Amino acid sequence: MATPDKKPQSFQEIILRLQNYWAEKGCAVMQPYDMEVGAGTFHPATTLRSLGSKPWAAAYVQPSRRPTDGRYGENPNRLQHYYQYQVLIKPSPPDLQALYLGSLEAIGIDMDLHDIRFVEDDWESPTLGAWGLGWEVWCDGMEVSQFTYFQQVGGHDCHPVSGELTYGLERLAMYVLGIDHVMDMPFNAPDSPIALKYGDVFRQTEQEYSRWNFDVANTDVLLKQFEEAEAECEKILAEEHVDPKTGKRIIMAHPAYDQCIKASHLFNLLDARGVISVTERQAYIGRVRALAKQCADAFVQTEAGGYVA
Amino acid sequence: MPDLLIELFSEEIPARMQAKAADDLRKRVTDGLVEAGLTYAGAQAFSTPRRLTLALEGLLAESPTVREERKGPKVGAPDKAIEGFLRGAGVSRDDLEERETPKGAVYFATITKPGRAAEEIVAEVLEDTVRNFPWPKSMRWGAGSLRWVRPLHSILCILSNEAGASVVPLDIDGIKAGDTTEGHRFMGTGRFAVASFEDYEAKLKRDKVILSADERAEHIWNDATNMAFAQGMEIVEDQGLLKEVAGLVEWPVVLMGDIAEDFLGLPPEVLQTSMKEHQKFFSVKNPKTGRIEKFVTVANRETADHGATILAGNQKVLFARLSDAKFFWENDLRVAKAGAAPWLESLGNVTFHNKLGTQGARIERFAGLARELAEVVGADADVIEQAAKFAKADLSSEMVYEFPELQGLMGRYYAEAAGLSAEVAAAAEEHYSPLGPSDDVPTAPVSVAVALADKLDTLTGFWAIDEKPTGSKDPFALRRAALGVIRLVLENDLRMNLDKYFDMQLLRHEIAQNGDGGVAEALMEDMEREIADHGVFGAAVRTVLDAFDGDLPEHIEEIKQSVPDTSRDLLGFFHDRLKVHLRDEGIRHDVIDACLEMPGNDDLVLLVKRAEALGAFLGTEDGENLVQGFKRANNILTQAEEKDGVEYSFGADVKYAEDDSETALFEALAAQEGPIAAAIEAEDFAAAMAGMATLRAPIDAFFEAVQVNAENEIVRRNRLNLLGQIRKICLGVADLTRIEG
Repeated sequence: MATPDKKPQSFQEIILRLQNYWAEKGCAVMQPYDMEVGAGTFHPATTLRSLGSKPWAAAYVQPSRRPTDGRYGENPNRLQHYYQYQVLIKPSPPDLQALYLGSLEAIGIDMDLHDIRFVEDDWESPTLGAWGLGWEVWCDGMEVSQFTYFQQVGGHDCHPVSGELTYGLERLAMYVLGIDHVMDMPFNAPDSPIALKYGDVFRQTEQEYSRWNFDVANTDVLLKQFEEAEAECEKILAEEHVDPKTGKRIIMAHPAYDQCIKASHLFNLLDARGVISVTERQAYIGRVRALAKQCADAFVQTEAGGYVA
Repeated sequence: MPDLLIELFSEEIPARMQAKAADDLRKRVTDGLVEAGLTYAGAQAFSTPRRLTLALEGLLAESPTVREERKGPKVGAPDKAIEGFLRGAGVSRDDLEERETPKGAVYFATITKPGRAAEEIVAEVLEDTVRNFPWPKSMRWGAGSLRWVRPLHSILCILSNEAGASVVPLDIDGIKAGDTTEGHRFMGTGRFAVASFEDYEAKLKRDKVILSADERAEHIWNDATNMAFAQGMEIVEDQGLLKEVAGLVEWPVVLMGDIAEDFLGLPPEVLQTSMKEHQKFFSVKNPKTGRIEKFVTVANRETADHGATILAGNQKVLFARLSDAKFFWENDLRVAKAGAAPWLESLGNVTFHNKLGTQGARIERFAGLARELAEVVGADADVIEQAAKFAKADLSSEMVYEFPELQGLMGRYYAEAAGLSAEVAAAAEEHYSPLGPSDDVPTAPVSVAVALADKLDTLTGFWAIDEKPTGSKDPFALRRAALGVIRLVLENDLRMNLDKYFDMQLLRHEIAQNGDGGVAEALMEDMEREIADHGVFGAAVRTVLDAFDGDLPEHIEEIKQSVPDTSRDLLGFFHDRLKVHLRDEGIRHDVIDACLEMPGNDDLVLLVKRAEALGAFLGTEDGENLVQGFKRANNILTQAEEKDGVEYSFGADVKYAEDDSETALFEALAAQEGPIAAAIEAEDFAAAMAGMATLRAPIDAFFEAVQVNAENEIVRRNRLNLLGQIRKICLGVADLTRIEG
């Protein structure tokens, strides 16, 4: 294990220690998904891979965007772009809680000095048609992770059940490093020749995106893109299972799911622009959920989704 | 006799479910054991965040042998019948006994069900309990199919006596029962075996687990109050929080920390709510300043630094939370001080219900109704309207967005900040009340008017769109709203005819939903005036509509038809709620029914006054007399009326009286009629009924001496009319035909 005795010095060191820890525990360390998503759960390595019977173990960082949380980089812990660390293991191992606690130790949280608690918090994603039971994990009264046993995703019962861990990296790192304002957090080692703080990396982008998200994004264009993503998703899924060119059975669950992710993010942007009323909100969420459900239906028809010819 | 110990060890059970789960475990297991014939001397159930435990004392070691005798076919019956009987009873032909019965010789079989060992029964019952446990929400995990609240890790199940303990053989989805468990997640020493309940409880304590939730709560409360006392402070009591916190820890360690000076200016309720909701902290009050100045948090472990790190962490989280709260509070105060216009405006964009429009529209509607209640509550209509219009302003505030449970209370603070009068500020806070049956009912006239208008608007609104409660479904809490109205009216002794206000508000809803801005509004005003003047919707409003020159728009035509029916239906709903309410107050249902039949039954104060008087009166000898006298007169009269096909309601004449008893009854009636009518007029129902009761003796004497159905038709009719008069007088107070017994 990576130098657990020494406290980490920077944001990236915490990420690296988590990567090493979960790699040692046998997870495939994956890379972030190359699309805008609201949370690590949207990565197909979680959403789609939690479906079907095939075992799976993955860990990755996922940049996540929540346009409504933008505060122009001024709020000490609210950001419209932040990082989540995500672990998904299927079937959930019996010692998942112990594995999780080990990861906290790996990033320098001394179990003998801190008070770790598992406090009921059921998870639900209305846009993904997904829910699970679990906890938010408290360290000295501070929520440091979400711990969930997936019960349903895309309207499908999960069999076997995946265990999902989500760490809000900035918040967790600020706690471990003792930083009060996210922008003051060392991004790389403070004694590096070119020491960078979180603010050096992200303050300007927070300002730029906050302005764009709240006031500038062209809602007509966003609405049009939402419709297009929705239509494309459905069109992809309506294609024949057998590809006429190769003659192979190729169900395009992932390309369809990309469109679902797009629609979801476009909805978030529209929401931040304040153009969606309370009643419409439910309707939009329902439309994204319908896409997620169809993608899940398609994925379980594929080999990775456990389909056997 | 052995003792039984069961522990179901799992990942963290939600605090709110623990107590009921322990109780369900006790109930399900003991019910199952007793049903199988295993009785026991005592049972105790426990819960911690990670375990449910059941300890039974003095369990039978095996269930008793049961003998059952079964009657079979007659001796000499066909072989087929006898063989069938043998199969059913599970005995052989040699076991049958021949016995003489009145119907001849018959075969009898004695079936013996041997007792079964406790461990066999316990295994069955426990497996059934685990598989069918009534968790509010349960889950699967890993690759298994068993459901539990969170992954179930181990089952401890032992029977023990002086000789030692034995594990009950059991395997549920691969989890084998054993005799081991573990203590505290961080301070324990790993798995250990136990031999009895005493051993179990002691070893748990050694491994830093207090088994009993009550003991943990007591420990927390004692430490917290002592700690506060030592600093001259006191803990703000909160039993719900105490129970919850006791369910979050196995080894409670109480820590007290400071609230930074910056935040002491926040309203105490805000501090308390923020700390409780987000952090599960207790508030610590300084009795000298009345402010909340410290907090108490409960950790789940001891540490080498005596909790310093834990407390520092908690304090930091609190600082961030309260910074948010302070930010909201200051922003809100700025808006409030400037008159809160943006809040009121934004309520126009918030949907209340898709068929009932926005909050803003709703406020306009119920402010109108609130004004009209001015005369009922005895307050100034303008002040009431102002209060109604401000009452929901805080729903747009940042603080209430963050803490919805502070709605109303923040309204009061913001009304004060806006420089509004104390009455208006109080109404902002109090108009939601009463929420539950034990909630205090507001008494300040302005608050009462706004509270009534708010609830009546909700009720009439959902009635207008036909979204009434059905069965156990009442998503908009309409039963609670109706009970709220009932309690507001009764406890403030408000004389008002609900019908009138139902009609008025139903009309507003109809117009709001269908209004076209022109004809509708003009008609609305006319109709409102009619209702205000005459108080009854039906006839008066039809007059207005009939007088309307030209074709009525279709929706107005519909309103004309539907509103009176809807209004009547809503009154029926109120009567049902009132019955429940009065039954809880000890008033008999037949008494309520008798009073509901009387005119003015939409005046709840009058209705209850009548019911209470009748209820009290029926409990007396006079009351018994009145009912008996009335019933006797009424029975004879009803029979005669049915036979003759007429109603005997003409005045009887004393000149046709033949008997002294008859004359006496005429005199008694003449003497009582005036005072009874006057008493009813004055709503002194007790006096009216006492007057009626005096008629019992002359009525009895009359029946004793004369034959009502006399030969002489004139005499007979006169007597029936005399009884008719008695019936009329008696029915003036309540429909006594509905009284039972």
